[in-house]
Amino acid sequence: MTALLNLHGLTKAYPGVIANDDVSFDIDKAEIHALLGENGAGKSTLVKMIYGLVKPDAGTMTLNGKPFAPHEPRAARAAGIAMVFQHFSLFDALTVAENVALGMEDAGPLRDLSNRIEEVSNRYGLPLSPASRVGDLSAGERQRVEIIRCLLQDPQLLIMDEPTSVLTPQEVEILFETLRALKEDGRSILYISHKLEEIRALCDAATILRHGQVVGSCIPRDTTARAMAEMMVGAAFETPETRPQGSGEVLLDIQSLSLPATSQFGTPLRDVSLTLHAGEIIGIGGVAGNGQDELLAALSGETRSDAAAITLDGQPIGRLGPTGRRALGLSAAPEERLGHAAAPDMSLTENAALTGHVREKLARRGFIDWRRARDFAERVITAFDVRTPGASSAARSLSGGNLQKFVIGREVLQRPRVLVVNQPTWGVDAAAAAAIRQALIDLAADGAGVIVISQDLDELMEISHRFGALNGGRLSPLRPAAGLTLEEVGLMLGGAHDMEVAHV
Amino acid sequence: MIALEKRPEPSRWLGFATPLFAVLATMIAGGLLFAALGKDPVAAIATIFWEPLFGEFAFYYRPQLLVKGAPLVLIAIGLALGFRAGIWNIGAEGQYIIGAICGAGVALAFYPFESALIFPAMVIAGAVGGWAWAMIPALLKVRFGTNEILVSLMLVYVAEQLLASMALGLLKNPEGFGFPGSRNLQQYPSAFNADLIANTGFHWGVAAALVAVIFAYVLLSRHMLGFHIRLTGAAPRAARFAGVEPSRIIILCLGLSGALAGLAGMFEVAGPSGQITIDFNVGYGFTAIIVAFLGRLNPIGILFAGLLMALTYIGGDIAQSQLGLPAAAIQVFQGMLLFFLLAFDLLINFRLRWQKGATA
Amino acid sequence: MNFGAIDPVLLIASLMVAATPLIFAAIGELVVEKAGVLNLGVEGMMIVGAISGFIIAVETGSPMLGLLFAAIGGALLSLLFAILTQLALATQVPSGLALTLMGLGISSLMGQDYVGVKPPTMARLDIPVLSDLPVVGPILYSHDPALYLGLVLVACVWWFLNRSRAGLTLRAVGENAEAAFALGYKVVRIRVLAILFGGACAGVGGAYISLVRVPQWTEGMTAGIGWIALALVVFASWKPGRAMIGAYLFGGVTVLQLNLQAAGLAIPVEYLSMSPYIITILVLVFLSADRSSAPGSLGRIFHASR
Repeated sequence: MTALLNLHGLTKAYPGVIANDDVSFDIDKAEIHALLGENGAGKSTLVKMIYGLVKPDAGTMTLNGKPFAPHEPRAARAAGIAMVFQHFSLFDALTVAENVALGMEDAGPLRDLSNRIEEVSNRYGLPLSPASRVGDLSAGERQRVEIIRCLLQDPQLLIMDEPTSVLTPQEVEILFETLRALKEDGRSILYISHKLEEIRALCDAATILRHGQVVGSCIPRDTTARAMAEMMVGAAFETPETRPQGSGEVLLDIQSLSLPATSQFGTPLRDVSLTLHAGEIIGIGGVAGNGQDELLAALSGETRSDAAAITLDGQPIGRLGPTGRRALGLSAAPEERLGHAAAPDMSLTENAALTGHVREKLARRGFIDWRRARDFAERVITAFDVRTPGASSAARSLSGGNLQKFVIGREVLQRPRVLVVNQPTWGVDAAAAAAIRQALIDLAADGAGVIVISQDLDELMEISHRFGALNGGRLSPLRPAAGLTLEEVGLMLGGAHDMEVAHV
Repeated sequence: MIALEKRPEPSRWLGFATPLFAVLATMIAGGLLFAALGKDPVAAIATIFWEPLFGEFAFYYRPQLLVKGAPLVLIAIGLALGFRAGIWNIGAEGQYIIGAICGAGVALAFYPFESALIFPAMVIAGAVGGWAWAMIPALLKVRFGTNEILVSLMLVYVAEQLLASMALGLLKNPEGFGFPGSRNLQQYPSAFNADLIANTGFHWGVAAALVAVIFAYVLLSRHMLGFHIRLTGAAPRAARFAGVEPSRIIILCLGLSGALAGLAGMFEVAGPSGQITIDFNVGYGFTAIIVAFLGRLNPIGILFAGLLMALTYIGGDIAQSQLGLPAAAIQVFQGMLLFFLLAFDLLINFRLRWQKGATA
Repeated sequence: MNFGAIDPVLLIASLMVAATPLIFAAIGELVVEKAGVLNLGVEGMMIVGAISGFIIAVETGSPMLGLLFAAIGGALLSLLFAILTQLALATQVPSGLALTLMGLGISSLMGQDYVGVKPPTMARLDIPVLSDLPVVGPILYSHDPALYLGLVLVACVWWFLNRSRAGLTLRAVGENAEAAFALGYKVVRIRVLAILFGGACAGVGGAYISLVRVPQWTEGMTAGIGWIALALVVFASWKPGRAMIGAYLFGGVTVLQLNLQAAGLAIPVEYLSMSPYIITILVLVFLSADRSSAPGSLGRIFHASR
């Protein structure tokens, strides 16, 4: 078989870090090729070089035997390379057809384009209405927009960056069917992921990156997930130990919580109920945009509700703001680290005071004791192994994993009665993720209640005692996590709840 | 070509150095402007920056520095609190006018009755007047989400019309032979904001400006409220997560800056200016925006920035009379300062790197 | 008091004249904001345009040449804003203020020798029959060409934004700059061009005041019209057609209060003069609730990082 795209010696350095170091491999025609690596392994940089967004310092690419050096994405697209981005590439306020047109060189009149969109979407089983506004679509539908945008250009190589992170298991199956159909048509796919089972199910070949270098390649079907994981991480890694659940008293009780959407494209919460016991970890799964942010805001106190809708230790707290709730022992860590959980340009000391001033008594009569705040920040840094020059560093100077450890550590060290976290390990390297999960487990073991909202099902199955799913702002009934099958989880995520089935 | 590379940490020394760079760049660009106008650039720059401080008539100009600097500092301190929180009050000129009208109104209501209570009453009236004027954009923003920039600015024009109406009507001097303008408060001892130490320019407004600097410094660096103000500006979502009520911050910041601008107007009308006239306001409310940025929104910095800006006003006047430099050239000069300041701010957060070829 | 002095036909004709500077400035700013940039320097660009156009018109005797150079003058000033916000990544709000302060200074510096000078008048359209029609004639067919240019501009901008490929790109950049960049669009270049277009439009709007509306040069003669134009863009929910309707409403208020002043109404002149500003505030209050149509990355700094 001949190679479609050959990469030879690609190197790209940024000040202080070599993102790609002498990367070489081939992608064959009609091949689904996996690019495997941890966050920060250099996958994004490599892909950006292929797509013409970043120029390599050294190395060459060959496409169909001809030299290939795109200086901008337009050139890459003209050469037959298309890319489905993980984030940031759709325009909420524009329609599907307009979004598609923006990704094409020669879109032609919108009316013709709409017809072509319907044609392609039917052919590959991706139903979509060209006139609907993208902001109103679900995550799965949004991804379809991106895929169709690429397919209309008749690409030879389709690059997909973490495509399944926003999909339910059922939607993943549909996507895989589409990708296999594309392969049948003779197209190649570069599939970027760190989900090993997916790669084993889908891909023909895999290249593994670590610290910017190719550390191995394999045929995924013939390789165990464990072996690939060890190549990816470079060492065997620890899995957190789950301790038996203490069936303690009720800490947090949410009764029929309904809240309107706070932003234009937000999701309203509908009739959410949940009871959290001492020593318990509840995992809440769901595809992004189904009410996760809203649920966290309702619990942290950023959004208020009826007083009685949320009770902590039997006390109604629905009308309290974040400060009042922290004083009673309800803490939270939102998904967005920079700008929500922490102020990027402020020092770690100031960020420690941001939530810590109530329970750590960092202020007296309104005046902040900066020395105490600094001590608290340093305790977080030490206890959670946050890699930073010191407490006076700006939050934005930390890597994602280190900042996340700081944010979680800041809340855990305040010994909350209940901790609510959203996406605690998103974009975090494996070692830090393991440390964070262990901290949550330890917190629960000490008698606190923990709610983990996450899109990473493996993570939820690993650490939670009970599991529920958010769908369209509704929370499914909670079920013990042990023994749940992937099919059952998929049905919960897709909104087919026991309750509704029972009523039919 | 030059590529920008974000620094992991904002550079600390450049935070202090960039205002100085900006002043230097303004001197150079301003010199070029003056040369283009046919004036000797070196002489013009020297006149502006040297003459008021060390020239032959410095004994006269130095007190003027305080007289012109005090309102600038007073207003800029209030503006900086808001700017720090991302709240853009650019209508300080209007709040300044209303403060002056209220202060003078109280005094003229009591004229010619003499009492030690009149001046304190004027101070309160001036502050309340400016506060109330600023509460209009504040409440509209909190209640309806109205843009405070546009509302506060529109209110400047409204205040100017109100000022004209006062100078021609309600507050007009009945013994003024029909000329527009109020009685001169300098001739009304209970209301006159005289120099506390004769011939130094040190009147109550200067004292108030110094108090405001210290108050704002302590607020921002030590107090929870100041921390919340900074947090609101730096990361609004993080502020809400920390438990900050945005509407409280809006009302507080706009109210404080309005009250301080109102005070500045009141001290001005009761002292250096003496009377309400149609052209009472001379743009302190807008120049204070430059002062606030030149001082890097830091109270201590604003103190120096206010004095520097006062220097350009006085020096500009001298250059106007001695060299025939047009008044508008000084206005452009001050505008350049803000321009360079904003441009050099880039260096605090970014590093410039020479790079071969273009990459996005 | 004499309401009889107010002729409704003349009122409508003159409100169209009063609205034209607002139309130019607001349409220009609308395009800038659609590209995701908030330029608060409209007032400064207008006044620089007003004096540039005035000087050229006086020196060459051609008002149309004046308008052209007003556009150039406004665009040159807006280039400063483009440098600050797109290259030096300065915050847009203070940069816009800097532009206004600079513009006011530069214009009075340029205009020193032109106070009290009479500019050449712009020839009015005079179509035989049509311009002589009663009512319709004076309202529709007897204005200066620049007024019609303003209406054509509204139509062109509407077409550009809603029907053209380049307009779609511009909206995409304003909606989500990061996404547009990832697709390979030159965010900075597009924004700089939009800013220059906004500057040129504001410049023409300013020159329309100094050459047609008033017509003479006085310092600070734009008197807040640039700021009202900014408010108009919000009022219009970023739609060109609504911006034009808004401009006519404000033009109507301005002309009506001037007519009332002339008619000797019992309200003091100062209170009538403040009415356009107060009405602007009231309009902002009623329309601020709906911000859903604002461009998604309006006012945010864009830096292409990886």
